Amino acid sequence: MSRLAWRVAYLREVRDETPSARTLVLDVPGWPGHLPGQHVDVRLTAPDGYSAQRSYSIASAADGDAADGEAAGGDTVELTVQRVPDGEVSSYLAGPYAVGDPVELRGPVGGWFVWRPADLAPVLLIAGGSGVVPLMSMIRARAAAGSRMPFRLVYSARTPEDVLYAEELKRRALSDRGLDVSYVYTRRAPDGHGRPAGRLTAVDLAEWGWPPEFEPAVFVCGPTGFVEAAADLLVDAGHDPRRIKTERFGPTGG
Amino acid sequence: MGIVTPGFTGRRRSDVNLPPGQYLTEDFPVLSAGPTPRIPLDTWEFVIVTETGEKHTWSWAQLMAMPSEDVTVDIHCVTKWSKLGTRWRGVPVSAFFDEVETAADFAMAVSYGGYTTNVPLDDLLDGQAWVAYKFDDDDLAPEHGGPARLVVPHLYFWKSAKWVRGLRMMLEDEPGFWETAGYHDYGDPWREQRYQGD
Ligand SMILES: Cc1cc2nc3c(=O)[nH]c(=O)nc-3n(C[C@H](O)[C@H](O)[C@H](O)COP(=O)(O)OP(=O)(O)OC[C@H]3O[C@@H](n4cnc5c(N)ncnc54)[C@H](O)[C@@H]3O)c2cc1C
Repeated sequence: MSRLAWRVAYLREVRDETPSARTLVLDVPGWPGHLPGQHVDVRLTAPDGYSAQRSYSIASAADGDAADGEAAGGDTVELTVQRVPDGEVSSYLAGPYAVGDPVELRGPVGGWFVWRPADLAPVLLIAGGSGVVPLMSMIRARAAAGSRMPFRLVYSARTPEDVLYAEELKRRALSDRGLDVSYVYTRRAPDGHGRPAGRLTAVDLAEWGWPPEFEPAVFVCGPTGFVEAAADLLVDAGHDPRRIKTERFGPTGG
Repeated sequence: MGIVTPGFTGRRRSDVNLPPGQYLTEDFPVLSAGPTPRIPLDTWEFVIVTETGEKHTWSWAQLMAMPSEDVTVDIHCVTKWSKLGTRWRGVPVSAFFDEVETAADFAMAVSYGGYTTNVPLDDLLDGQAWVAYKFDDDDLAPEHGGPARLVVPHLYFWKSAKWVRGLRMMLEDEPGFWETAGYHDYGDPWREQRYQGD
């Protein structure tokens, strides 16, 4: 098998999602395409040769369908980077990295945490913070494929201001038939939300998820603590562990 | 060296020598593909199945009765973090092979929960790998692979199968779970063998 090559990507456009997260629209000449849920490795190199690598999930649909639905070329990859305090790579990518600048990446990586439009099971997506990124790729891919598979997203964020893709999710919840989106706010809920602020509970999953008897394909993504807690709740509720796929982003946050 | 990233200087330089593409962490991050299984000790077992189908089984009590070793090793995860000087207690894998006769060159580590990973047998023997059940003097926590996991520190940490249940001996190499999903069959961090073809 041939090596996954490092490619040079160029930043074409930036979209600020929240005060601390931004979407990078990258032109990646020769991009081979990807499946929703996969990630890339990004490598930054300083003038003296020092370099740092991190993984970032791909946010765009597999066909390069951009967030606002406008046709984007097949050589486009979108990443959404949440700045973490004192973060070496995230504070560069969501900071000084500017339109026209090059960056190296390789991928797509990961053949496990992926959703394929041909899969015949309802889908339950559970996101903590920036863990929504690969799940957004699945939601976009579902729309791009014209899939009618029932999808539910349960999205845990600290406050309403921390929600990524807020406008698009609102729009898709109305226009993408068969897609339900529910929010759990851990620190502060908006007025009239009905659910007080607090961590994800078994009741939330019972109310907004799918019952285990539906045998959904479950994707859980976010910081390690969130993923551990959510996956435990799902197993306790009777979901078959083999149908729960997880992706852990890192130590804390979200 | 890769192309220079405009305006990037880097802030996490360290004096220690790490495998390429790795950075140092004090945390102990978690990489797993699914929920964390909880395995009761009274039914726990470790099983080696040879290429002829012969089975050798150890209970938890038998594991505890085997001579253990305390080791301090550096670990390197394919998701880029490295952690230095981690302390484990476990039984060296060679000890199990005192009782097992095999001509196989490869082992598939098999875990509770269904995880698998392939490792050459030579990489499991001679003080290179342990069935570990303590981390930093505490019982190994479930999210880190407890009650017992494989520790093979010279390979990327996904080879150190969590919740290990046994080894299936193979005459020919076969890909395990992550290896089937595109990760390298051997996984040497010093040669940066992250993905197939590296
Ligand atoms: C498969 C995979 C996919 C990922 N996808 C995304 C993605 O789509 N978007 C995204 O923003 N990130 C994603 N991440 C996380 C990303 O790889 C980095 O870990 C993150 O950007 C922090 O890197 P840094 O260099 O900025 O911070 P570092 O310099 O490595 O760390 C600085 C400080 O932040 C802490 N820290 C490290 N990681 C995190 C984290 N994830 N959350 C909170 N604190 C942290 C460290 O403990 C340290 O104290 C993904 C990780 C993995 C493994």
